[in-house]
Amino acid sequence: MNPALTELERLFPPGRLLHKPGELVPYESDALTAFRARPLAVVLPESHAEVQAAVRWCAKHQIPYVARGSGTSLSGGSLPIDGGLLIGLNRMNRLLRLDPVERIAVVQPGFINLQVSNAAAPYGLYYAPDPSSQPVSTIGGNLAFNSGGAHCLKYGMTSNHVLAAKVVLPDGETVELGSESLENTGPDWLGLFAGSEGLLGIATEITLRLLPKPETYHTVLAAYDSLAKAGEAVAAVVASGLLPGAMEIMDSLAIEAAEAAVKAGYPLEARALLIVELEGETPQVEAEARYLEEVIQKSGAYEVRVARSNEERLKIWKGRKAAFSAVGRLSPDYIVQDGVVPRSRLGQALQAIEELSARYSLRVANVFHAGDGNLHPLILYNGRLEGELHRAEELAGEILKLCVALGGSITGEHGVGMEKKAYMTEMFREADLAAMQRIRLALDPQELANRGKMFPGETPAQSFHGAHPLEKAGVISRE
Amino acid sequence: MQHKIDVEQLGPQGEIMAHAIEACVHCGFCLPACPTYQVLGEEMDSPRGRIFLMKEVLEGNLQMEEAQPYLDKCLGCQGCVTACPSGVPYGELISTYRGWSEPQRHRSPFQKLFRIGLQETLPYPARFRAAARLGRLGKLVQPLLPPMLKAPLELLPEALPQSEPLPEIIPALGERRARVAFLAGCAQQVLQPGFNRATLRVLAQNGVEVVIPKGQSCCGALALHTGERGRALQFARTNLKAFAGDYDAILTNAAGCGSGLKEYPVLFHGEPEQAQAAQLAARVKDVSVFLLELGLKEVPPLKRPLKVAYHDACHLAHAQGVRAEPRQLLRSIPGVELVEIPEGELCCGSAGTYNLEQPAIAATLGERKARHILASGAEVVVTGNIGCFTQIQTHLKKLGRELLVLHTLELLERAYAQAALQEGPS
Repeated sequence: MNPALTELERLFPPGRLLHKPGELVPYESDALTAFRARPLAVVLPESHAEVQAAVRWCAKHQIPYVARGSGTSLSGGSLPIDGGLLIGLNRMNRLLRLDPVERIAVVQPGFINLQVSNAAAPYGLYYAPDPSSQPVSTIGGNLAFNSGGAHCLKYGMTSNHVLAAKVVLPDGETVELGSESLENTGPDWLGLFAGSEGLLGIATEITLRLLPKPETYHTVLAAYDSLAKAGEAVAAVVASGLLPGAMEIMDSLAIEAAEAAVKAGYPLEARALLIVELEGETPQVEAEARYLEEVIQKSGAYEVRVARSNEERLKIWKGRKAAFSAVGRLSPDYIVQDGVVPRSRLGQALQAIEELSARYSLRVANVFHAGDGNLHPLILYNGRLEGELHRAEELAGEILKLCVALGGSITGEHGVGMEKKAYMTEMFREADLAAMQRIRLALDPQELANRGKMFPGETPAQSFHGAHPLEKAGVISRE
Repeated sequence: MQHKIDVEQLGPQGEIMAHAIEACVHCGFCLPACPTYQVLGEEMDSPRGRIFLMKEVLEGNLQMEEAQPYLDKCLGCQGCVTACPSGVPYGELISTYRGWSEPQRHRSPFQKLFRIGLQETLPYPARFRAAARLGRLGKLVQPLLPPMLKAPLELLPEALPQSEPLPEIIPALGERRARVAFLAGCAQQVLQPGFNRATLRVLAQNGVEVVIPKGQSCCGALALHTGERGRALQFARTNLKAFAGDYDAILTNAAGCGSGLKEYPVLFHGEPEQAQAAQLAARVKDVSVFLLELGLKEVPPLKRPLKVAYHDACHLAHAQGVRAEPRQLLRSIPGVELVEIPEGELCCGSAGTYNLEQPAIAATLGERKARHILASGAEVVVTGNIGCFTQIQTHLKKLGRELLVLHTLELLERAYAQAALQEGPS
């Protein structure tokens, strides 16, 4: 082992530094397997001080690093850097404090999203942001990518539910952002940190806001014979003044996949399914439910079902939340796209995606958070067929450009990561990106933290094919 | 997931492995369901990590030895199969991979001897009984033995029950409602003959005639799951013959054996007996499933209410998807209050010979399971697999809490017999 790695190994108890090929291979990808990179080593810290030690070592030896929790990023955000250090935070998975009176939970970054709600359940509380990956994705990653989920329509994204964070900056310094109180003093530093995709530092303690669990849910499943009708129904629900907890649409391919995976009882012949969920206090939900029924009836649904029990409700959601991975049953490869359009232009966007799908001769499955216009087209391709991946990537790019052209955004919740950095220029002007880069460089002049992600263009680490300066100097080696 | 595995060169077994790897999208939903990831917290000890490792070895990019330690740590519990949204047949992958890699790998003479020892005794009740007797003598010198030999001794009971030879036919009591063939299981015949006794009684009471075909052998699961494919095929061929008769169903009362028989189509993939294996597998049922479908005769109420925890054996719940049926059987006993074990979907660490080959991880999981069982407030633990039974009993005892552990059919039999439940294990 090279001297720098030996030095790092000595900073940790035995067994925490992984560097053999068999140990590194499983870390080469996150949930976007189109990208792979082998890190120099993986370190598994179990405390704030250990994270700090790892980051300081990186700063000292100018080695870029990536922090990751469960490695479930769909944008390649937690992809390792070739020859860099991977800081695995999955063992930092403790609940440090839960205060049911103040309604806050303090967790380590490796704590799993769903576990927050499980821990809070005995007090009648829960944690609102619910990405589909919530049984596995971690709060640290949710904060870094400002994750959303089906219920963000009503409650907002992760940034709306994080009160404070203790952060190790790229130079190894520790700062505290935000506070337990809802009112902030000075600029919203924590807001800047949320969604910064690991470029500004590593959160080691995160304070979350908990909400009282809704008393009642009313979950409606409506089947349509066209995707456009389902899209129009969403606009109609919003126009009616109702604010459901969630509004989701799945098209026929997504229905087929989800049904095969979890047998949720979805009508298989439907061209589109709309899931609308009302939640809140019982009298209010009952009144809203009657109103919603009218709106849905008028929207041309040919079949409407209401979940009669909590089991039925969970089944409906399980199908929806398994949909991405379930598409693996339909195609050996697919790209999960994540773009946003204004709600009122959903129908137009879906129509355009259908045309693009036909033009590129690639199937596109649609699963999306319709309520906030967050589209998730899944582009199905077979990587074994010459040129198909390239076509799929082009199609994905066309969809993103379409989103921007319609007045939306290139990402709703998955982040930019590797996948979308080339499209940042579609969304931002040069001056916007330059300002972001200045902020980043102020905190990380060596560009060590998650180097090569989010910002467009190649970075020194990626364009670099020869030996690292430290390799040339004999300080590090790849074996 | 894309791969460059040379399927043609690997043959029919390669097809099985490549198909499973293709289905994985690396989403990570398997992580929370994997016992070794939960205990070790490292990606290479997770299902998707292991899939990556197998892929790299099969593609020739990684030395087999580099991947081996992590693949050896896989319990084969298939908790990941239940959690997987994209339908990766992980169980088929790991068994096939082990069968492919075992003949090529290096093992120390001691390891080889240990493995041969297990393969040559456990599947044969008479040999296993003799070995277990010897093992009880070994208990006297246990502190002096290497850890690898300590683990099997720890799992041996204080006293070995009398051997109970099984008749070839057990007639139905009253009107005959069905005629089935029964696989008697290997280890359970030696360690817990009460399992079969209870099962056969309950079946007879429910009007089922049971045939225990003489020519039967071990199902082969033990060999298959440890990479001894040749041995597994031998056992399976014997059973294809022994169970060829015309029965309403082929029953097992051990989760591992049931899933073992159901794996025959994978085992025989590309072999001449492929179709025959599929026919046999289609007729295999766990005794709990069969009884529920048949309609259980009324069970008299227990003398007092009883809190019962049902422990899901992985090879019933994950490998065969059997979860509701045993619970429903237990609920049909008036007086039984069924409680759920927290984290119930996680393996207890028994997993065939895993607790003998990876004693440290197995013990961590065993203790975790025992603590959860105690937390459930149950008075009795019920399960449908001999391995889980032994593991749970051992770890409850280690915690100083000797809860009564029974096979599902034992509780049912006692309810029929109005037996007192405080007597202790039969």
